[in-house]
Amino acid sequence: MSEATATIDPEKLSEEEKQIVRPALVLNKRTMGWISSYISSIIEAKTPLWWYISMGVTVPLTLLCFFCLAYLIATGVGVWGNNHPVGWAWDITNFVFWIGIGHAGTLISAILFLTRQKWRTSINRAAEAMTLFAVVCAGIYPALHVGRVWMAWFLAPVPNSNAIWQNFRSPLLWDVFAVSTYFTVSILFWYTGLIPDLATIRDRCTTKIKKFIYGVLALGWRGGNRQWRHYEMAYLILAGLSTPLVLSVHSVVSFDFATSVIPGWHTTIFPPYFVAGAIFGGFAMVLTIMIPACAVYKPLSDLVTVGHVDKMCKVILLTGSIVGYAYLMELFIAWYGANPYEKAAFWYRAFGPYWWAYWSMMFCNVVAPQFFWFKFFRTNLIWVWIIVQFPNMGMWFERFVIIATTLARDFTPSAWGMFHPTWVDICTFVGTFGLFTTLFLLFIRFLPMICMFEVKAVLPEADPHHGEAHH
Amino acid sequence: MNVVGNQSAPIHGIAAEFQSAKELYRAAEKIRDAGFKHWDVFSPFPIHGMDEAMGLGRSILGKLIFIGGLTGFLTAVTLQFGTSSFLYPLIVAGKPTNLFTVPAFFPIMFELTILASAFTAVFGMLIMNGLPRLNHALFNWDRFKKVTEDKFFAAIESSDPKFSPVAVRELLESVGGTNVTLIHGE
Repeated sequence: MSEATATIDPEKLSEEEKQIVRPALVLNKRTMGWISSYISSIIEAKTPLWWYISMGVTVPLTLLCFFCLAYLIATGVGVWGNNHPVGWAWDITNFVFWIGIGHAGTLISAILFLTRQKWRTSINRAAEAMTLFAVVCAGIYPALHVGRVWMAWFLAPVPNSNAIWQNFRSPLLWDVFAVSTYFTVSILFWYTGLIPDLATIRDRCTTKIKKFIYGVLALGWRGGNRQWRHYEMAYLILAGLSTPLVLSVHSVVSFDFATSVIPGWHTTIFPPYFVAGAIFGGFAMVLTIMIPACAVYKPLSDLVTVGHVDKMCKVILLTGSIVGYAYLMELFIAWYGANPYEKAAFWYRAFGPYWWAYWSMMFCNVVAPQFFWFKFFRTNLIWVWIIVQFPNMGMWFERFVIIATTLARDFTPSAWGMFHPTWVDICTFVGTFGLFTTLFLLFIRFLPMICMFEVKAVLPEADPHHGEAHH
Repeated sequence: MNVVGNQSAPIHGIAAEFQSAKELYRAAEKIRDAGFKHWDVFSPFPIHGMDEAMGLGRSILGKLIFIGGLTGFLTAVTLQFGTSSFLYPLIVAGKPTNLFTVPAFFPIMFELTILASAFTAVFGMLIMNGLPRLNHALFNWDRFKKVTEDKFFAAIESSDPKFSPVAVRELLESVGGTNVTLIHGE
């Protein structure tokens, strides 16, 4: 123990002094009743006008996405701009982009749970919901990219009349298992966390239909300690399972590239670099949606405080710097490895026809987050919201740089080519933002967006020894 | 003592209300020491240390999940070796010696282990908690609705061998419970 902390004897502190040593997680001394009433009132109140206006924008975009998908299925995968040599383009870029966004939700709900970071309690529900919706958007792309989507069941290991089995040594099949496991476990984790809060909504319901729906969804939860005992064990183990899972998912996604022999993809740095990038981009998306949500529901800022935003900005700064290190290390290895194809691949990334994508990525992911060294930028919500848009864009550019620019410059110049997105590419991508936002709007309208029971449990009076001397 | 529920139904138990986690914790210690077995305390959130206060051991769910995870792992082993090495031997990258590879099969072994463990965790938890169920005798008591908000309850069931309406009522009152109520219901 260092000298500075050794001089503070926690037993001699008064209750007020303890608050200085460890600031309260919930501001303004909100009570348990207030937490339930306020969070539930968001669901119980009349639907606000802004919600209809937002849905008026996002629902047509969602329909645009569905239209593009229907058009693709009816016409063929050639309606996208993918062609030789760029066989993977916006579709896989968007897939990796969306799945990466999901990772922040699992990180907040699982890794911060295991490391006893109690501040996570007020943001984990919304972040987990974001995970699910992002994975929904991500799943669209590989499913449609197979071309004949009605044959997608070939991915599942079921006996078929040709007696053919899947190639389990292929990273693409690993990806099928990783992403579907991730989606399933994320739903289970999210729903498990929702059960006690759905019971709160059930017990407050006034109309019979609502009472029935929330009653069924709450599964008959009573909050007995004999239930909490198994519940907490299940939650702890789910967190323990999700932690290696989230790290494995983006590692497996990176194997899609790293196990190939394409220069610029065939590198061992990919798994950690992809995971750090996913957390980086995901936290940016959590802030992008939570800051406006708290601006609409102002009292929420007693639960999601500036302290939370400050901590998330620090995570963005850390992971952004890891990503920056990975970019530089890639360049170094390209030079030091003395492989002319590898050198050429990185030369074309920075100075080839897609130079603008490379330098946009560098600026957005490496330079822009450096503002978060300064407390002013981490605590001013408007600045935070502006700055986190750079990681959001930068992480999309990163995947585009890795995928499209690498493929555009094949081994022999005769096979070179450029990728140009079609209107279907563009509309599908824009449409997935509509789908993501629509699902999120439905979520905040019908489900408690803050985990009420966990926030109550971090209040000082939740401690059964509250106000007693330490022993 | 208040009485709730359909009085032609058998007695479910006697419940009392408490105002804080601290009160409930103290009460739980006393009910435990009085030797009751079929009882429970109810709270809006899990209370740290309540398992000891109630005299409950560690949940056995972890052991079940290990078995679930093992099932997932063995499924993946069987699925991958069974199909890729025997049913449809697939030579990848011109390496026949790779037919019994382990590293390439590792990611799916890992994923299915996680998947089966997570299913066991959630459904095992629900089954051990007797959920899902649509109703419960405790829901006959209107005040009990506050258990998911900010009130705390303790209930001793009539199935307990030491249960007697008078003694249980006195015990719950002596440990600080208010609104002591007799609950009827299946």
